[in-house]
Amino acid sequence: PNIQQGRQRCIYGEVSPTEAGGGSDSPAPKPAASPPSVPRPKDDFQEELVIRPLHSGDIYTSFQFRTLWETDFTRENKVSHYRLFPKSLGQVISKFSVRELHISFTQGYWRTMQWGQPYLPSPPGAELWVWFQDSLTDVDGTWKELTNVLSGIFCASLNFIDSTNTVQPSASFKPLGIGNVTDHQIVCTENLTPWKKLLPCGSKAGLAVLLKSEKLFHSSFHSQAVHIRPVCKDDQCKTTSWELRQTLNVVFDLHNSGQGKNEWSLFKMFSRTLTEACPVASSSKIYIDITDNSQGEQFELSPATPLLSQAVVLGDRRTFSVYDLTQQITFGTMRSLNLLIRGKSSDMLRPLLHAERYVAGYGLQTGEIHTLMYNNHPYRSFPVLLLDSVPWYLRLYIHTLTVTSKGKDNKPSYIHYQPSKDRVRPHLLEMLVQLPPNSVTEVTLQFERALLKWTEYTPDPNHGFYVGSSVISSLVPSIVAMDTNNSRERPLFSSFFPSKEESSYFVRVYTEPLLVNLPTPDFSMPYNVICLTCTVVAVGYGSLYNLLTRSFQIEEPSPGLAKRIANIIRKMRGVPPL
Amino acid sequence: MYFLLVYMYIKNHVYMFPDLLGCHGKCRRYLFCCFQDRAGQFFSSGHTNNWAVLVCTSRFWFNYRHVANTLSVYRSVKRLGIPDSHIVLMLADDMACNHRNPKPATVFSHKNMELNVYGDDVEVDYRGYEVTVENFLRILTGRLPPSTPRSKRLLSDDRSNILIYLTGHGGNGFLKFQDSEEISNVELADAFEQMWQKRRYNELLFIIDTCQGASMYERFYSPNLMALASSQVGEDSLSHQPDLAIGVHLMDRYTFYLLEFLEDIHPASKTNMNDLFKVCPKSQCVSTPGHRTDLFLRDPGSVLITDFFGSVRKVELTMETINLTDPIDAESGELQKEMHTYADQLPVSEIIHQKPKQKDWHPPDGFILGLWTLILLVFFQTYGVKHLKHIF
Repeated sequence: PNIQQGRQRCIYGEVSPTEAGGGSDSPAPKPAASPPSVPRPKDDFQEELVIRPLHSGDIYTSFQFRTLWETDFTRENKVSHYRLFPKSLGQVISKFSVRELHISFTQGYWRTMQWGQPYLPSPPGAELWVWFQDSLTDVDGTWKELTNVLSGIFCASLNFIDSTNTVQPSASFKPLGIGNVTDHQIVCTENLTPWKKLLPCGSKAGLAVLLKSEKLFHSSFHSQAVHIRPVCKDDQCKTTSWELRQTLNVVFDLHNSGQGKNEWSLFKMFSRTLTEACPVASSSKIYIDITDNSQGEQFELSPATPLLSQAVVLGDRRTFSVYDLTQQITFGTMRSLNLLIRGKSSDMLRPLLHAERYVAGYGLQTGEIHTLMYNNHPYRSFPVLLLDSVPWYLRLYIHTLTVTSKGKDNKPSYIHYQPSKDRVRPHLLEMLVQLPPNSVTEVTLQFERALLKWTEYTPDPNHGFYVGSSVISSLVPSIVAMDTNNSRERPLFSSFFPSKEESSYFVRVYTEPLLVNLPTPDFSMPYNVICLTCTVVAVGYGSLYNLLTRSFQIEEPSPGLAKRIANIIRKMRGVPPL
Repeated sequence: MYFLLVYMYIKNHVYMFPDLLGCHGKCRRYLFCCFQDRAGQFFSSGHTNNWAVLVCTSRFWFNYRHVANTLSVYRSVKRLGIPDSHIVLMLADDMACNHRNPKPATVFSHKNMELNVYGDDVEVDYRGYEVTVENFLRILTGRLPPSTPRSKRLLSDDRSNILIYLTGHGGNGFLKFQDSEEISNVELADAFEQMWQKRRYNELLFIIDTCQGASMYERFYSPNLMALASSQVGEDSLSHQPDLAIGVHLMDRYTFYLLEFLEDIHPASKTNMNDLFKVCPKSQCVSTPGHRTDLFLRDPGSVLITDFFGSVRKVELTMETINLTDPIDAESGELQKEMHTYADQLPVSEIIHQKPKQKDWHPPDGFILGLWTLILLVFFQTYGVKHLKHIF
């Protein structure tokens, strides 16, 4: 979710300071109407799982848990009664005046060409984007506190996020957006545990019982995310409610987890089966993508289900088999549901937009970043917005920036560049480029590597330093008409990015992160220097000093034993010695 | 009279609650001795809460055993009752989800993958680069920046028993952190003294499993410290056994036998510290484990293992009822009349015609000011001040 396009998937209403003065957007409550006899629950929880067998034999599963709550965190009297919405996040929202928050932890890289487009894209590593309320004045201080609090909640090293790797993309809309993409984040069970604790049912009932870390992390791609934003409550969109979406995307590999057999079941993927839906969920469904399988020729699904549903997602109309876990009949006589999927899906649509990035050059002085963007549409061109955030220790030479498509120069219609400041902020480069149809656009940029101070190196500097993924956002032409009515009941996976027009849909692609080696000093040198200097001083100066100041005395050799005894006797006699 | 009645009642009915007093058998008839025994034991330890700080200081895949060491102590401590909120776990590198791990999300302590000490609900508070000497000392002394979350703090008080476990590579008088810095025994002793002066612990048990570990507790001088080490000065602590599938050594010997010893302990067991000192004799460990109890006020024979590895929970039963008030549900009514809409995600025309942001004016930099002062100085030096009025 980038704000550089001024795109916020949230509200930017022209709030006129009507009732309460001072810009507070919580007016004094009018006398309430007579209270209803049955209190309508203000929060709602839905869970869903989408399974999509991929062409290469892998299988893609996407969990989404959504909690909707009609409340106002910006009120003066703090919200104190939490039911389904987790209290830790609610307190974060009200304390830090957060308007929208997106945080994701990903292990692995999404292979767009082999797997198609994900329902929810995420870059490798950790990513955090926050929009604050208008009323917030000290953004930097709040940002630092917020990252520390989130690092405690999710057991992640987010406290390394500070001004040196945070960007504020140019926004032409009012709220301030601030974000960061870090790559060197290892995602493991300690991140999953607090994530699971935020769910209303925990990992005890519903779809979350499938989330066992041993199987989830033995996969090609694993991504968990938390998205908090206000959404429209109804069609007229006069009031808003807070939405918390927790998503988890996993791609299981055919050879690692599947043991080479193209036969997947819930038990094989997660080592668990389902026995019940979460009791507090209003809907709990499993969707299997069977679009190319109308007669069952490609793959076979058991147990069979009569429920079918069609949804427009990622520009295409897909058909899904639906299993409703709130119905007892789904579980059959065994009281447990274990889906079996045999076979693989046919060749799916080639993704229309996809990108790559790599570092070229040799040596530890200079290099070149190449970003390639592929437009696979046969006759339509569309604009993309490229956001690059490069750390300060790679000094970019912006005069060497070239954008070429099909061999010819392609001038971007908008460029925004904010140069870096050493140890203060990173480079920020945003460009709006029109991609011609069926072409590859290459963006190249030369850079020079900086030498860091010796305390700034990590304990393992020879591993290299990471450069965050570029974000490419675009409105891609869709094959079927998109549904612009955003408030209708739709499956969760198709309602994340609301569409404004019917002919295109919003897509975001992340490139690979880069790993660059910086010139690394030899850390044993201070010790060596001290030893060498002390030796030179001791040997050189010491010997000179001794030569100059030593005085020599002549000493008689000591006489033999007989002579000594004789001398003693002579001394006793009073006679001079020999 | 009343007390006599109560006494007679309890004496005759003491069989009804033997477990409550732990008094079955010999002490049943002698009620007061029984009470005294239990009361004495309850109050002798003097602590009301337990904390644990478990640190693994080594990085890189071949130091898998140090992470396994720390995680096995973590597992025992959690099993015996200390909750995650009272454990500060610091792991300098991630072995479970390391790309070299053939079984991701697992860390094994026994070969043939018998026991996964990583578990399913582990919470690591300090990971990776955050495990530094500075952070470790800040945790101990409590001097953390205000934005540090609670899970990363050691919020102990003067009635806390703290267990501190360190493992990694060490030498005579120092312990290496992540191959880039080290902590010396003097620093550690001073940190404990600071903790004592701020009354941040009641009793502290310090266990260290490194080469020449005994050198780390030589310099302690604060009261109520008990220390155990896996080897004496001049000796190396050795690792236990490699696993051929994983390819590295899984545990260190001392901690391996310590884990075996702790697996037999349950929250109500009465084993005391003298048994802990006997863990891993020279025949099993090759090195000679050492311990230090001269600074500890109580007799080690009377200190239970669960005083440090388990958690004291004082439970008070009450029959009172409390009425909960209904949640405040202020109806907002029809306030916001304005329409909200979802913002456009890629407003191309707006972006192209965007005006560049007006930069704020900043007062000139020190360098610019200095440069101009120099120029003016040279100018007036050359031409003299009396020409000022002609120029201006």
